[in-house]
Amino acid sequence: MEKSPADNREEPLVRIRGLRFRRGERWIFDGLDIDIPRGAVTAIMGPSGTGKTTLLKLIGGQLVPDEGSIEVDGQNVHALSTAELYRLRMRMGMLFQSGALLTDLSVFDNVAFPLREHTRLTESMIRKLVLLKLEAVGLRGARDLMPAELSGGMARRVALARAIALDPMMIMYDEPFTGQDPISMGVLVQLIRQLNDAARLTSILVSHDVAETLQIADRVYVISGGRVIESGTPAELAESGGEWTRQFIQGLPDGPVPFHYPAPPLADDLLQGAVC
Amino acid sequence: MLNLLGDLGAWGLQALTRLGRAHLLLLAMLRGLLEILRRPRLLVDQLYSVGVLTLLIIGVAGLFVGMVLALQGYNVLSRFGGETALGFMVAASLVRELGPVLTALLFAGRAGSALTAEIGLMKATEQLSGLEMMAVNPEHRVLAPRFFAGLIAVPMLAALFSCLGVLGGWMVGGGLLGVDQAAFWNGMQDGIDFNDDIINGVIKSLVFGFVCTWIAIFQGYDCVPTSEGVSRATTRTVVHSSLAVLGLDFVLTALMFG
Amino acid sequence: MNRKRQIEIWVGVFMAIGFAALFLLAMKISNLGTAYSGELFHVTARFDNIGGLKVKAPVTIAGVEVGRVQEIRYDPDDFRAVVVLGIQDQYLGKIPDDSFAKILTAGLLGEQYIGIDPGGSEDTLKEGSEIGITQSALVLEEVIGQFIFGKSQEGAGTE
Repeated sequence: MEKSPADNREEPLVRIRGLRFRRGERWIFDGLDIDIPRGAVTAIMGPSGTGKTTLLKLIGGQLVPDEGSIEVDGQNVHALSTAELYRLRMRMGMLFQSGALLTDLSVFDNVAFPLREHTRLTESMIRKLVLLKLEAVGLRGARDLMPAELSGGMARRVALARAIALDPMMIMYDEPFTGQDPISMGVLVQLIRQLNDAARLTSILVSHDVAETLQIADRVYVISGGRVIESGTPAELAESGGEWTRQFIQGLPDGPVPFHYPAPPLADDLLQGAVC
Repeated sequence: MLNLLGDLGAWGLQALTRLGRAHLLLLAMLRGLLEILRRPRLLVDQLYSVGVLTLLIIGVAGLFVGMVLALQGYNVLSRFGGETALGFMVAASLVRELGPVLTALLFAGRAGSALTAEIGLMKATEQLSGLEMMAVNPEHRVLAPRFFAGLIAVPMLAALFSCLGVLGGWMVGGGLLGVDQAAFWNGMQDGIDFNDDIINGVIKSLVFGFVCTWIAIFQGYDCVPTSEGVSRATTRTVVHSSLAVLGLDFVLTALMFG
Repeated sequence: MNRKRQIEIWVGVFMAIGFAALFLLAMKISNLGTAYSGELFHVTARFDNIGGLKVKAPVTIAGVEVGRVQEIRYDPDDFRAVVVLGIQDQYLGKIPDDSFAKILTAGLLGEQYIGIDPGGSEDTLKEGSEIGITQSALVLEEVIGQFIFGKSQEGAGTE
């Protein structure tokens, strides 16, 4: 089943084709095509509410698309049996926005959790592995703390250590920079880059923090209205003539994305209130 | 009129899909039994939070209910010169009705609401989602052990409730009111039949435990993952469990003693 | 002593208390502890009126319980009630077959039970034998009725 990385180096790890996904009446994705190359950090950017987290859940097989296909390492995620899907997920790591640490387990036990669930390693082996993973995120000293005692940034780093515990082929980051102070933001930026290069991982980064994302991404997709509107390297994007992209990257209040939520003219609205 | 019908239809469909989801969850939890048999450790942790932490309230409640039963029963029975039937009366009301029913109600309030809140919070903080992405099935790993722990704990708690109730009744009846000790115990043992009363009481509490735990877990698992959603789900757990227990008690009593 | 072990111990305590409670319910509170669970032999008795006698009512000799009522049915041929008594095996061959079975009441308003007064015969009751001499239950209304009737007769006589 598992192909050696050498013979498909050029193949993208994740290939999304014609993805359509609907929540209620609203199409969140309407014909999305994305290729995630191996061994690189790919960022998917877009304003809040464009379904970036939904996209990660679709890739992880937690949600099922209405149309289109998602292939991860040559396997169509949504055509797999439950057992095959679980086997595939063992090779995926995901870092949730909140960290999603198990609140009743200590930091050590949280990182050890996937190892204890999926491997038959001895406790002393697990201990060594966990300490190595914690060392990689700089939190070996915090192993006995409970998740409630961690700051947001530390919780995310512990979650990162847990995500890489099984040495996955890819990690998906869901808004890793939101709500972080500049220092932990810097730490996370550095960690994501380091892990990607040192462990030859593939990283998918979903974010709307422009500066940090452009700083570490090798390739960027900008999505809006359920479609990819621009893609390229950060440098290409920065020079892009696209009005939308410029508004997003420079953070202009008004532009193609209007400041006003769609509404009838203000004067009409006010007058109507008077009649009633 | 058409609107009203439409609303009724929409409400019915929604209720049906909820019921369907609840049954799918039940199936998934039953399948999780395999994993529990392989790792009984999971069950031990849940028995602690579902059983041990409920022990105190059940014990105290049982004792007081038995004492009150003896006081009230004595008042009624002594009018007819039937104080000797006090033991039977206290034990029969406890074993047949009050033990299983009050235990289930207290369980829903203490352990059920805690279960809903815990699972709802795990959902709200993406812990369940996180487990799924770690290739761990949360229905088997998180929900099933809680379900089976509830199923085991409630009959035990109900038995404890009844025992302590009889003890409380004996303390008040025999100690305070001066009912003849031998008559108290003999009347009880003559009147309470093992098959008809004790076994039926245990069956009742098993059914109640099943329903209460199922409702609590489903409400937590199915809640809107916000703090408001969790608090609503917790309320719903207590209300639904209580109504289900009282309704089922009537049906079961009609079947068993009717 | 770590936390894991503490939880295990507490759960152990919980399980022990639970099982102890179930055991107490069965042995101390219900009839399982006092019930006779050995072999029985069956004897029938016919009564004109059984009053409020119920299945599982005790059968006693000299006030000591020797068995229980197993079955009560009505025989439409001779308009009497047939009561099947289950008597403990240890009394097989020790109860004379001309014994007298009567339905008694514990206290004025209490439960009804069957009392057997032993006769003097050499032969004894066996599986399937029938007690010939019986006395029906005392039905309170009839007794009161008779009493009033007797009183009025008395009054009529003296006049």
